Amino acid sequence: MAEFRLPKNSRIKKGKHFAAANGSSNTRTYAVYRYDPDSGENPRVDTFEIDMDNCGPMVLDALIKIKNEIDPTLTFRRSCREGICGSCAMNIDGGNTLACTRANDEVKGDVKIYPLPHMPVVKDLVTDLTNFYAQYASIKPWLQARTPPPPDQERLQSKEDQELINEPAACILCACCSTSCPSYWWNSDRYLGPAALLAAYRWLVDSRDEATGERLDELEDPFRLYRCHTIMNCTQTCPKGLNPAQAIAETKKMLAERKY
Amino acid sequence: MVRHRGVYRANGSILVGGVMSLRSPLGRVLGLGTAKDGTSHWWGQRVSGIALAVLGLWFAWSLATLSGFSYPEAVAFISQPVNALLLLLLSITMAWHSYLGVQVVIEDYVHGHGLKIASLLLSRYAHFVLAAAAIFAILKLGIGA
Repeated sequence: MAEFRLPKNSRIKKGKHFAAANGSSNTRTYAVYRYDPDSGENPRVDTFEIDMDNCGPMVLDALIKIKNEIDPTLTFRRSCREGICGSCAMNIDGGNTLACTRANDEVKGDVKIYPLPHMPVVKDLVTDLTNFYAQYASIKPWLQARTPPPPDQERLQSKEDQELINEPAACILCACCSTSCPSYWWNSDRYLGPAALLAAYRWLVDSRDEATGERLDELEDPFRLYRCHTIMNCTQTCPKGLNPAQAIAETKKMLAERKY
Repeated sequence: MVRHRGVYRANGSILVGGVMSLRSPLGRVLGLGTAKDGTSHWWGQRVSGIALAVLGLWFAWSLATLSGFSYPEAVAFISQPVNALLLLLLSITMAWHSYLGVQVVIEDYVHGHGLKIASLLLSRYAHFVLAAAAIFAILKLGIGA
């Protein structure tokens, strides 16, 4: 059966509290999920009081401040700090988003930070995305065409053709959408999830791609595609403002179109 | 063998029921391949859903305008051929739509292979029994005992 309760060794305990340094009046509390596999202990939530007068505007700035000044063992992924690498995807204030593009001001009350939901945790806010990346690889995210490319130029696209792939191609594979999807939580071993399906759609509507039929064949499956029940958490949570739910709906329409 | 719900380990292997597998992540995702199915199910849900919306409206309207809910009044209602026919359609469509929906719920939440197959079978039989009972009752009352 689907598991509705965390396994015993995953249940969260109360963690340590780090009070703000003396003298700071403008403080804010950050509650951060901590898990260290080497300690053998259950996960815990540590609370950090941060001096906001000496902190950057984004949640990622606060995390970096904690790591630099309070607890260097805090572990999280980050790289570009401008919403294009997708590394710092995590659950902030109850929703999946990028720590680098979520402003501290946007969160009311204590800032609660957890790893992406329902994923194996490697350490603290770092989750194991092995399966997620394998699902992306499984949809063959590259151009497939039998027509050879013109010898003297690139494969051309009309402006209208290009506009079809503009949005789905803007996905940064941060995994916010897939890990926000209850259907993905219960069946991520067989359901491809919104991110991989959005990537698949990006190639389905690419005017240069000639493998549309084969791609649809590969998707037509009760679990790979049809586990999507149009819950639309994916679209609501996408930090890039993309619409995986619509891409999945369009894919279902393409499958119906070739059958009926 | 097929399902790989398990504990991922740092070296990329996975523990399934205590047994270690070094099958690649892509191999696990590709699994047994695609069933090349699901579109008919998806389409059937929509077809039956639209039909139920229409039949449901008719049924609600019929109940609202029924002169009473006594046994003779109900028999009189079902004895009308149009009513009997629409009731038959409503019962069959409802059983079909419900079966498709319950199937999805089972596939979503029941993960043990044996338990899943058993649940799917039970659901299918139960829906057939419900539909058959409804058809029998409507015919019996509509045509007369």
